[in-house]
Amino acid sequence: MKYSQEQIIELKRKAIQIRANILEMIPPGKVGHLGGSSSIADVMAALYFHTMEVNPSDPKDPKRDRLIMSKGHAVLVQYACLVELGYFGREELAKVKTLEGMLQGHPDMDKTPGIEAVTGSLGQGLSVALGLALGLRLDKLPNRVYAIVGDGEQAEGQIWEAVMAAHGFKANNLTAIVDFNGLQATSTTKEIFPIENLVGKWSSFGWNVIEIDGHDMVQILDALEEAKAFTEGPSVILAHTVKGKCFPFAEGKAKYHNASMTEEEYKEAWVCIENLKREVEA
Amino acid sequence: MRTSDSLRKTYGETLVELGKDNKSIVMLEADLGNSTMSSLFGSAYPERYFQMGIAEQNMASVAAGLSLAGKIPFINSFAVFARGRAYDQIRSSVAIAKLNVKICGSSAGLSDYGDGKTHQSIDDIALMQVLPNMTVLSPCDAIETEKMTKAMVECNGPVYLRINRNDLSLVTDPKADYKIGQMTEMVKGKDVVVFATGVMVQQSIQAAKILEKEGISLRVVNVSTIKPLDVTALQSYCEGVKGIVTAEEHSIFGGLGSAVCSALSMKRLPIEVLGIQDSFGTSAENYSILLKHYGLESEDVAKKVRAVLSAN
Repeated sequence: MKYSQEQIIELKRKAIQIRANILEMIPPGKVGHLGGSSSIADVMAALYFHTMEVNPSDPKDPKRDRLIMSKGHAVLVQYACLVELGYFGREELAKVKTLEGMLQGHPDMDKTPGIEAVTGSLGQGLSVALGLALGLRLDKLPNRVYAIVGDGEQAEGQIWEAVMAAHGFKANNLTAIVDFNGLQATSTTKEIFPIENLVGKWSSFGWNVIEIDGHDMVQILDALEEAKAFTEGPSVILAHTVKGKCFPFAEGKAKYHNASMTEEEYKEAWVCIENLKREVEA
Repeated sequence: MRTSDSLRKTYGETLVELGKDNKSIVMLEADLGNSTMSSLFGSAYPERYFQMGIAEQNMASVAAGLSLAGKIPFINSFAVFARGRAYDQIRSSVAIAKLNVKICGSSAGLSDYGDGKTHQSIDDIALMQVLPNMTVLSPCDAIETEKMTKAMVECNGPVYLRINRNDLSLVTDPKADYKIGQMTEMVKGKDVVVFATGVMVQQSIQAAKILEKEGISLRVVNVSTIKPLDVTALQSYCEGVKGIVTAEEHSIFGGLGSAVCSALSMKRLPIEVLGIQDSFGTSAENYSILLKHYGLESEDVAKKVRAVLSAN
C-alpha cells in the first residue's frame, strides 16, 4: 500500500473537520452552499493536507501549488481548509459573508489569504488555472495548478474553450477536478442540461481522464498521483460525489445547493459529525 | 522607435521593443494577429506569444492567470470582441481582482469600415469605463500610441487601449513627456473648449481653423485618458469659455461626453455632446465616408461650437 493506514485516517479526520468548519460558517438561518461544499470536501482534504505544496505562513510563497475554485460558490469548503491550516483565525468563520469579515460569498484573492483568484462567475476558473500553469511553465517552475469545476458548470462554453486550449498547450502541470455530484442549483444536471458522457467528452478533447469515487480517500490520492505522473498533457479527475455528503437530510437534494438549515437539521448535522468521528477512530 | 503613422503597427512594434528587455511581457491573440499587429511580437518572441484561437473568453481569463503568475499579459482582438465577447471575463477574472492585464481593442470605432455593424466598436468606452479599477486610454495618433503602450507596461493594473485601424495624421508632440491621466491642449482658444478623443482630435483641430475665419476662438483639448478623468484639468480648461463641446467616435451614451457631463455638472455652462447617436454602424467604401455619414467631421464639430455659443 502506497499510503499508511495512519495517513488515510488522518486525512479522513481532516475531511470531517472540514465539514465541521463548514457547519460552523452556516448556523441555522444563514444561507450557504452546503451541498456543493460537502460533496468536494474529501478531495479538498487530500489536496490541502497531502498533495499540494502549501505554506500558510507565507501565502504568496512562490514555491506553492495553486488551487483555483472555479465553482466559486463552494468556497466555504476552501475556507474550511484554509482556516485549518492557519491562513486566518477561526473567528473569521462566524463572519463569513458579513461586511466586516474577510470571507466573501465567492472567492476574492484581495480579501482572503490563501485564495488565488477571483471566481464565482462560472466557467472562468479553468481558464485562469490554465493561464497560471502557462505562466509557471514559462518560468520553468515545477508548481502544479488545480482547478475545481462543477458538473453543472460543464454547461459553460468557456470550459470547453479552456479544455481545448490546455490540450493544445500540453499543460501537464494542470489538473482539473470535476465535482460530479449530479445536481445543480435547481435540479439534477440530467434534467437541466445534457452533459452525459463526460469521460468521452474530456478524453476526445485530448485530456488524460481519471474516473473515481470522490469520497474514497485512497482513490482520490491515487488519482492525484496519476495526474502528477502524466506528463503528456493535462489530466482531469472526474470525481463521482454526493451533494451534501455526510448530512443525510441534505444528501442528493438540490434544495441544499444554497439554503439555510433549520435548528433541527443543524443539530442533526452535528450528530453526523460526531458519528463520523467515532467511526474513524474505531 | 516608431516607423509609421499607423497606430496598430506602432503598438505592435513598441511591444517588440519593450519585450526585448522586459521578459514578463506576454501576448495573447485570438486569430487576428495580422490586423492587431500582435503578430510582430509573435515573430520576435514565439515562446511568449499565445495563439488562443477564436476563443476570446478563454483568452481573457487565461490572461488573468498569466498575470497571477507575474506576467504582463496583453490580450488582442478587434475592440468589439476583446472587450465585448469577453466582458464578464474582464469584469470578474481581471477587473475585480485588479490584475495587471492589458486589453488592446484594435480596429475600434468605425475604423473597420467595410465589415459593418458587428465589427464596429462604438460602445467600448462605455463598457470599459464603468468597470472599477479599469484605466481607459484612447490615443489620437501613432506618437501617442507609442508613449501609451510604454506607460501601460509601467503601470500596474488593468488597462483598456482603444486603437484605430487606419493611419491618422500626426498631431501630438513627439518630444513632450507623457503620463497616463494627462490631457493636452492642442489648440489655444478662449470662446469655446472642445474635449476630443481619438480621431476627433484631428477633426477638432480642423474645426478650430474653420471657426477662426468666423472670428470664433476654439480651444482644443485632447482627452486621451478617458478614465481616470483628470477633473481638475478639465475644469481649468473651462475657465473663461462660454461653452463646452465633447467629440468622440463612440456612442453618445457612456463615452467621453457622458464622463465630461458628469464631471462638469456643476459648471452651469452649455455643453454639446458630439458622437454617434443611438445606432449601430454600417458598411461603407472607406472610413471618411463613415465619418461624414455619422456626423463626425470638422464641420460637425464647428456646428456644435456655434450651437453652444448661440445658447448664451
